Amino acid sequence: MSSFFKKTLSGIKVAHHKNTEDCKTVTMPVPAKVSLPMLQHMGAPCVPLVKVNDTVNVGQLIGSSDKFMSAPIHSSVSGRVAAIEEYINPLGVRTQSVIIETDGLQTVDPSVQPPVVGNKEEFLAAVKASGLIGLGGAGFPTFIKLNPAKPEEVDTLVINGAECEPYITTDYREFMENGEEVLEGIAAVVKYLELKYVKIGIEDNKPEAIAKMKELTAGRDGYEVVSLKSSYPQGAEKVLIYETTGRTVKEGQLPADAGAIVMNVSSVGFLARYLKTGMPLVTKRITVDGSAVAKPQNVVVPVGAMISDVMEFCGGYQKEPKLILMGGPMTGIAVYDDAFPVIKNNNAILAFDEDFVNEEPESPCIRCGRCVQACPFDLMPAALEKAYHAKDVDALKALKVNLCMECGSCSYVCPAKRNLAFSNRMAKKFLRENSIK
Amino acid sequence: MAKNLRIAPAPHIKDSASTGSIMLCVTAALLPTLFASTYIFGFRALLLTVVCVASCVIFEYLYRVFTKQSNTILDFSAVVTGLLLAYNLPSTFPIWMAMVGCFIAIVVVKQLFGGIGQNFANPAIAARVVLLVSFSKDMANFVIPTLKDGVITRVVGATPLAAINGQMASWADHSELMFGGVDGVPDIFMMLFGMRGGSLGETCAVALIIGGVFLICKKIISPIIPLTYIGTVFVLTWVLGANPVQQVLAGGLILGAFFMATDYTTSPVTLKGKYIYAVGCGLLTVLIRLFGNYVEGVSFAILLMNIVTPLIDRYTKTRPFGGIVK
Repeated sequence: MSSFFKKTLSGIKVAHHKNTEDCKTVTMPVPAKVSLPMLQHMGAPCVPLVKVNDTVNVGQLIGSSDKFMSAPIHSSVSGRVAAIEEYINPLGVRTQSVIIETDGLQTVDPSVQPPVVGNKEEFLAAVKASGLIGLGGAGFPTFIKLNPAKPEEVDTLVINGAECEPYITTDYREFMENGEEVLEGIAAVVKYLELKYVKIGIEDNKPEAIAKMKELTAGRDGYEVVSLKSSYPQGAEKVLIYETTGRTVKEGQLPADAGAIVMNVSSVGFLARYLKTGMPLVTKRITVDGSAVAKPQNVVVPVGAMISDVMEFCGGYQKEPKLILMGGPMTGIAVYDDAFPVIKNNNAILAFDEDFVNEEPESPCIRCGRCVQACPFDLMPAALEKAYHAKDVDALKALKVNLCMECGSCSYVCPAKRNLAFSNRMAKKFLRENSIK
Repeated sequence: MAKNLRIAPAPHIKDSASTGSIMLCVTAALLPTLFASTYIFGFRALLLTVVCVASCVIFEYLYRVFTKQSNTILDFSAVVTGLLLAYNLPSTFPIWMAMVGCFIAIVVVKQLFGGIGQNFANPAIAARVVLLVSFSKDMANFVIPTLKDGVITRVVGATPLAAINGQMASWADHSELMFGGVDGVPDIFMMLFGMRGGSLGETCAVALIIGGVFLICKKIISPIIPLTYIGTVFVLTWVLGANPVQQVLAGGLILGAFFMATDYTTSPVTLKGKYIYAVGCGLLTVLIRLFGNYVEGVSFAILLMNIVTPLIDRYTKTRPFGGIVK
C-alpha cells in the first residue's frame, strides 16, 4: 500500500523506556479484597446482580445492563460480597462497585463452559458474554465493534500491536508468549465476519515480535505483518488504519466505514482463550514500572485488585511515589492515591518519584509551530487553544477540534509547556454543550 | 499507602525544549557573528553589542517590575533582541541612540503589545526602522574595513549596496552598472568574510551561515524561510539584470533571512504560509533596493511581511487529516 506519493502522518519521537520487555509475565496471587466497578467500559454502567453476603465464584456474572452499549462484568475471585458501595473513578465518574472479600480458593463458577459457536450470531453472543472490551485502552465493547452496520463493506481486520506508549510492554508479551493464540483469535474473527485481509501492525522497535508473527503467518493468504515506524502515536486507531491499509477514516466516521475493524492484540488473544475455556475477562496483564517501583515487571492481576496490592506484589515502593499513572505517560490517567482498582482496559500502572515530576508553569505561546508539525492529523493546536479561550464556536468547528484524538503530541512538544491537548478536550466538551442548543 | 499524589492532565512527560532553551540556541547561533564583527570592526562593535544586550534585558526587567508582571528575562528573548538590534547598527553608532532603539524594541514593540509571542513585528527590525528614519545620518555612518597584509584599516564610508543600488535612480539607463565592476564593491571572497562596509553584524556571511545552519540542524528554524527569501532575491535581481551574488552578499539579506525573518512570533506557522511570507520578503526587498529611494530594503521588507503575517495565517490553515471540506 505504500506509495511514493502517500502522505505521511506526523508523529513525535518519545523515549521508549520499554524496560520490562523481557520480563516474562508473572501471575499475582489473589489479594484479600477486590473492588469491581460497574463501569469498566465505554457506554452504560452495569447493574449489580449480587447482594451483600452472597457467595461468588470466579467467572460468575455479577453485573450487566439492558442498555445496548455496555459490557457485562464478572467476578475475578471467589469469596463473599462484602459491600456494594458508591465508587468515584479517577476521572470523577460515579458508579457502584462490588467489593468482594476473597476466600483464596478461586473456585470456578459452574457457568464457565466453553461457548458453543457455529455461526456469526453465536460468535457475537459469545463475544458479548465474555465481557470483552477493547484492551488497548479505550474500552469500547468488542461485540459492538464486531457487528458493524454494513458488514459486507468491511474486509480487513487490523491488529493493533503498535504499543507506542512508552514503558508499556503487555502487547509485546502477548505476541511473544501467546503468538499462536493471537492467531487463533484472528482466525475466529476472520471466519465469522468473513473478512479478506489481516494486517498486524507492530512498531519496528519490537523486531522479535515482528519476526515471530511473520513466521507464524507465513503462507496464510491475506495476512500481512506491517512493520511500523516507531513514532508516537502509531497505535492510535485512525493512524494505524492509515499506516496499514492506506485508508482514511473521515470526520464523523467509524473504522468500519473505511472497511476496517481494529482489535488490540491482547483482545484477540483473550478471545481465543475464551472460545476454548469459556473463562470471561477476569484477569488482565499489566506493566508495572516507573522510578518508584522496586521490581518493574509484567503481571497478570485479577480485575479489581487495588493498585496498592499490585505494588506490594512488585516489591513495594522503592522511593516515595509522587505520580501514579493508570496507563502510559502520554495518555494515562494520574490518580490521587493508590486505592483504585485495576479495571479491564488498564494496561499499565506506572509509579514515579519526585525526580520524574517536573511542574513547569505554562508560559505564553511563541508561535513556534511545533504543535502544528507534531499533530498527526494536521490540526492547529495553538490556534484551537486561542479559539477555546475566546469561546469561539465557529472557529473551533472550522479548525475541526472534534478530529482531535487527544494523543498529547502537541502538549509534549510545546516549548511554552502549554497543556494544548487538555485544552482540546475542554474545547470538545464546550462544543458538545453548545451544539445541543 | 501512597496518598496526595500529583494529578495533571495527560501527557505526563514533556520534551526538554523550552522557550528559554530555544532562545539560548539562537543566542549561541549569533555568537560566531559577534566574534567576526569584533575582529572586523574592532572593539566598538563589541561594546555596542554588549550595551544593546544589557539595555534590552534591563528594560524588559524594569517594565515587568513596574507593571507587576512575572519576570521574563530568563526566557533569553531580550538577549536575542539586543544582539539582533546591535547587529543592525553601524559600529560607529552613538551609545545613547542605541539605547533608545532598545527601549523602542523591548518596551514599545514587545511589552506594550503583551510581551513574548504577542508583538506584531520583530522588535529588533521595528527598532532599526525607527532609528533609520530618526537618525538617518548616524545610521548611514558606516565603517569600511580593508584587509591588507594581515592588518585591518578602517575608514568611514558607505556600504557596497549604496555603490551598487545608489545609482539605480536612473536604473533603466544604466543597467550596465550592475554587472559587477562597480567602484567601491569588494570582491566576493572579501564580502563572504565580511570585509566590507555595513551594519556590524550583517557583513560576515560565513559566520551568519554557520549560525543559521546550526539553528536548522537543531530544528529551531526551518530552512524554508531563509532559503526561499534568499532564492527569491537571487532570481529576481538576476532577472532584472542586477548581479545576484552581490545583491545577496552586499547588504543585510543573510542576517535578515536567517535570524530576523524566521522570528516565530511574526512569521506564519504553516509551511504554505512560510513560502508566501518568504517570497513576499524577497519581492519587497528587491523592489525597494532597485526601485526605491533606499539602497537597502531588507528591514522594510521583513517589517511589512511581519504585519501581513496574521492575514497569511488566516488563509493558509492546514487541512486536517480526514476532515470533510464543506
